[in-house]
Amino acid sequence: MMEQKNVILSAKDVEIQFSLRGKKLNAIRKCSLDLYEGETLAIVGESGSGKSVFTKSFVGMLDANGSITGGEIMFEGKDIAKYTKEKEWLTIRGKKIAMVMQDPMTSLNPLKKIGKQIQESIELHQGIKGEAAKKMALEMLEKVGIPNPEKRYNQYPHEFSGGMRQRVVIAIAVACRPQILICDEPTTALDVTIQAQILDLIRHLQEELKMTVIYITHDLGVVANVADRVAVMYAGQIVEYGTVEEIFYDPWHPYTWALLSALPQLGVKGEDLPTIEGTPPNLFNEIKGDAFAPRNKQALAIDFVKEPPFFKVSETHQAKTWYLDPRAPKIEQPPAVRMLRQQMRERG
Amino acid sequence: MAEREKLIEIKDLQITFGHGRKKFVAVDHVNFDIYKGETFSLVGESGSGKTTIGRAITRINPTSGGEILFKGRKINGRIPKELDLEVIKKCQMIFQDPMASLNERAKVDYIISEGLLNHHLYKDDADREAKVQKALREVGLLPEFASRFPHEFSGGQRQRIGIARALVMEPEFIVADEPISALDVSIRAQVLNLLNRLKKDRGLTYLFIAHDLSVVRFISDRIAVISKGRIVELAEAEELFLNPLHPYTKALLSAVPMPDPRMEKKKKLLVYDPSMHDYSVDKPVWEEIKEGHFVYGNQKELEEYRKEVK
Repeated sequence: MMEQKNVILSAKDVEIQFSLRGKKLNAIRKCSLDLYEGETLAIVGESGSGKSVFTKSFVGMLDANGSITGGEIMFEGKDIAKYTKEKEWLTIRGKKIAMVMQDPMTSLNPLKKIGKQIQESIELHQGIKGEAAKKMALEMLEKVGIPNPEKRYNQYPHEFSGGMRQRVVIAIAVACRPQILICDEPTTALDVTIQAQILDLIRHLQEELKMTVIYITHDLGVVANVADRVAVMYAGQIVEYGTVEEIFYDPWHPYTWALLSALPQLGVKGEDLPTIEGTPPNLFNEIKGDAFAPRNKQALAIDFVKEPPFFKVSETHQAKTWYLDPRAPKIEQPPAVRMLRQQMRERG
Repeated sequence: MAEREKLIEIKDLQITFGHGRKKFVAVDHVNFDIYKGETFSLVGESGSGKTTIGRAITRINPTSGGEILFKGRKINGRIPKELDLEVIKKCQMIFQDPMASLNERAKVDYIISEGLLNHHLYKDDADREAKVQKALREVGLLPEFASRFPHEFSGGQRQRIGIARALVMEPEFIVADEPISALDVSIRAQVLNLLNRLKKDRGLTYLFIAHDLSVVRFISDRIAVISKGRIVELAEAEELFLNPLHPYTKALLSAVPMPDPRMEKKKKLLVYDPSMHDYSVDKPVWEEIKEGHFVYGNQKELEEYRKEVK
């Protein structure tokens, strides 16, 4: 981790609503997040927890029926949450904050040559044209580890394997030297061996280009591999954040516990894995108390009445749960978490 | 071990696609047995032929050499009609993507009872309905879901429908082709628990196909690692994790992300390069190096593996 931390992007009390069939859906409910320069932040949560929507709001890529209805997102001294015009967003999207999407099968244009697609992004954002842009595109292909760039430049997406395609998508994203790279489930569609290579590639590029990286994922194994800091999201809110070691070895929010316990890697053979019963709350309705309480077997009475504030565990670690209130009864962390911590101590 | 009943035996199986110059060998001289009541996992990258083997057992893909035996009877190639029907009933499949494997236009009731209808495995309509409802309850869904369409369900529920569809035929053997890869973490646990419970209650046998070794460790009794159409290593689950021998198995293990940051940050990624094997003179063989632990290699490699294994 960096010694001196500069905040590069700061989101405060962000609220995002979608209107669907005349009703309002509160996708993000007062989310705050500071992103430090050069770090790797992972955002974890189930599908529908709002992790994609939250980060999409940093680049103005919300669907047409959604909008930021509250809070601010400060980036380079400006509140980008107030941006409404496409022209304003274009000064940031792709140029300063770029995104890598989940599925390399759908995020490339099948009718255009790979090289042209990279060149397009360079020409649009950097004002470099023609031969110079082509040279840069070839450099990018080489940088992301695609052998034989001259030949590959003239090929179409269908001639690439899944892993190679994801490399191309990454090349397009980093071609303009963005300050922040958002990776939305970059490896879920890939094989484990390819996944490890792609994670390595992103790590190298991050060091070389001094980028700040946000990972969005539901795979806690990937998080342990790449992240410096972790934010856990549930039902449109961040419920816990801390350094990666704090989240894995000493988590406090019951939802983080449940996520860790449900991992087959930590399961005991022959026994049932602990599961998270029920479904996430309906975000059309107003949520009372702790959103996770109905699915939490050890929920306290107050969880159903009053929303918990953030409690500080350490300088870098906060959790939004009543368990940390001094008045709360003592509740032990689940076996999976205790096992992780013990293994860590034994290995030293 | 020797006493255990073999449910599936695969002998020198070969599957090729295309002809002549365009011939592609997808599965190359594969041998293994699946014992009754166990979960046997097949692990490998995409394109390694693991799904092709699963599909050959359920008679979806034709084979081009070797034998597949189900309860001692040959079930690949030309077989009598009654045996064909029996295999279709007794060997069922669960698919990877619950979003793509259910008929969007059919109600759950029809999706689950399609197999029953095809084979007239019911006395009357009431009997068929009872069977559907029983299958739904068994996978943890409510009987009234039968009248709904697939799009009304979440991913985990859809996968349960896929499992119910297999169960209603009362199979003995299920090929589960990456049944949890497309699911969220919290739902994965539920589906794994369900598969384990059904195995206990019904005495099912699974062939579990996956690319993620970490998940497989939790569910399987034995694991086979497959690369480019060849099984390179086979052992009991714990043994494979403690004593991985073949370089491909080691590479796969090193790529598996573990939920432990300190371990992950120290980890070295191994890359498998098939050209490291020199099989020009010393021909490789499939050998049992320790009881129940098989590995593929030539004499020189086997010698090294023996030293390593202890």
